[in-house]
Amino acid sequence: MSEHVGLRGRAWFQALAGKDQPRTGDPGSVLTAEAQVCSETAIFLCVVPNPDSRFPCVRDGQVGLEEAYALATRIREAIDDDRDKPKAEKRPIIAIIDVKSQAYGRREETAGIFLAAAASADAYASARMAGHPVISLVVGRAFSGGFLTHGYQANRILAFDDSGVTIHAMHKEAAARITRRSVSDLERLGYQIAPMSYDVRDYAKLGTLHKLLHVNNPIEPTESEIVEVKQAIADAVADARTGAEDLGNRLNSPAAKETRKAGRTVRTLMEKQWVTA
Amino acid sequence: MSDSTFVPSFVNRRSFIELNGRARAQSLLDEGTGKELVGPFDRVESPWLPMQDAVPQADDGCIVLKGRIAGNPVVLISLEGAFQGGSIGEVSGAKMTAALDLATRDSSAGTPTAAVLLLETGGVRLQEANLGLAAVAEVIASILSLRQHAPVITVVAGTVGCFGGMSLAAGVSSYVVMTREARLGLNGPEVIEQESGIEEFDASDRALIWAVHGGEQRVGMGLADALVEDSIDEISSAVRKYVLAGKPAQHRSEQVPLYRERIAALDTSKQIDPLTLREQWSLRDSQGGAR
Repeated sequence: MSEHVGLRGRAWFQALAGKDQPRTGDPGSVLTAEAQVCSETAIFLCVVPNPDSRFPCVRDGQVGLEEAYALATRIREAIDDDRDKPKAEKRPIIAIIDVKSQAYGRREETAGIFLAAAASADAYASARMAGHPVISLVVGRAFSGGFLTHGYQANRILAFDDSGVTIHAMHKEAAARITRRSVSDLERLGYQIAPMSYDVRDYAKLGTLHKLLHVNNPIEPTESEIVEVKQAIADAVADARTGAEDLGNRLNSPAAKETRKAGRTVRTLMEKQWVTA
Repeated sequence: MSDSTFVPSFVNRRSFIELNGRARAQSLLDEGTGKELVGPFDRVESPWLPMQDAVPQADDGCIVLKGRIAGNPVVLISLEGAFQGGSIGEVSGAKMTAALDLATRDSSAGTPTAAVLLLETGGVRLQEANLGLAAVAEVIASILSLRQHAPVITVVAGTVGCFGGMSLAAGVSSYVVMTREARLGLNGPEVIEQESGIEEFDASDRALIWAVHGGEQRVGMGLADALVEDSIDEISSAVRKYVLAGKPAQHRSEQVPLYRERIAALDTSKQIDPLTLREQWSLRDSQGGAR
């Protein structure tokens, strides 16, 4: 992939939220804004690269300490503001995702990045459990701890059907090294084993994705594509409002029934054995 | 004075770390109360490992026991660090979420059921990559759901430690118990060295590793709650204390303004000295900070 991580995130945040500057007090890497999605106001959040960050290990678009706590702050503000509203009026929270990974740095580990990541995941999940529809739109990369921190707690996940979109636990070179394989072996396994694949169409087979969206060039959204993507977000919001506030849909979707058979067997057995234990 | 007075306590100490995952789980429950759910004889194994010529295990490295602690209903989930580094795959992840969700169901129906997680794990099992990552996201979601009703207590005893996505599971827990041998962090030293270079983190520097990730440091900084010896009795009594305490008024991962302020105050022009940071943060705690 020749293109820099984060360009797509910024482009789509600009396209959907109408601005691309951070809020006062937030790091340059965290963009949040309110904007209309069809007939209602939603809150958009995006993490973008900040070459000037005071943390060296986040400058290429990784999610670090400041990013995680800024996201958590903005999401918790929304939860508090909408606390007394009926469920149907709680604002949708839309995460736009194009993140390389979590930050791999000593400063981050020393200051407890695991808690920062947990605080952000907690905020997203708390919004979902409070009745906010939480929708993730993967426009580029969604890797590992970066995705766990920013977006993986959503009720519904949308992604572009595009070769530059990758959702994965670890980038190819590192995954190959750790599992003691060559990158070409890893790619070959990816064709045969859906959870190993770096292709978003294989990711769609796992059952965790709500829908793939088609755009011609994800780095340059057109007017008509913006309208279509907004409509897809609004549909996902409506779908989330009719569903449960947990992540059960990811195990019960038609694709999950095919791919996650072992996980579904575990659940059935556990439920049966639990009541007699 | 009898001779036994002079036997140092560690001589008679029963080690927890030396136990395997199943024995660890059993050692914490009230005697005779543990029943294993979806155990090895149910033979739900990883379907993905054999496809890659890796040997699966009949319990997928995750042991779930339903039982009681101090008479209270609990579910104990133990990861076996000796199998695939305690990593989370489709099956082990599904065991965790199913058990946590059933505890939530019982808790919201009037029988508070705490969860005790024994985490020895490097995080996502890379042979199951995206199903592992999805499972970790679901485990985090299920912990967050249960902890509204009953405490979720994480024990990191060692020696694998708790890393990767599963460190977020520890991060959203109600209480975290650690030994000095245990480590807790998002990225392990090898991964940081590989991604950011040896100047960033020298993974062979054991003193540095424990200074950053070790149990004494994490508890000292207020990022974990109890530092215990490697002893069944000590770990058992810490877990019992938190089961009886119930859920905390506020969870650590909800304390966003406090931690955001702490991060804002860091001098990032050079590496951060772990001991100095511990002193700064623990001072705040004693003045009415986190815990």
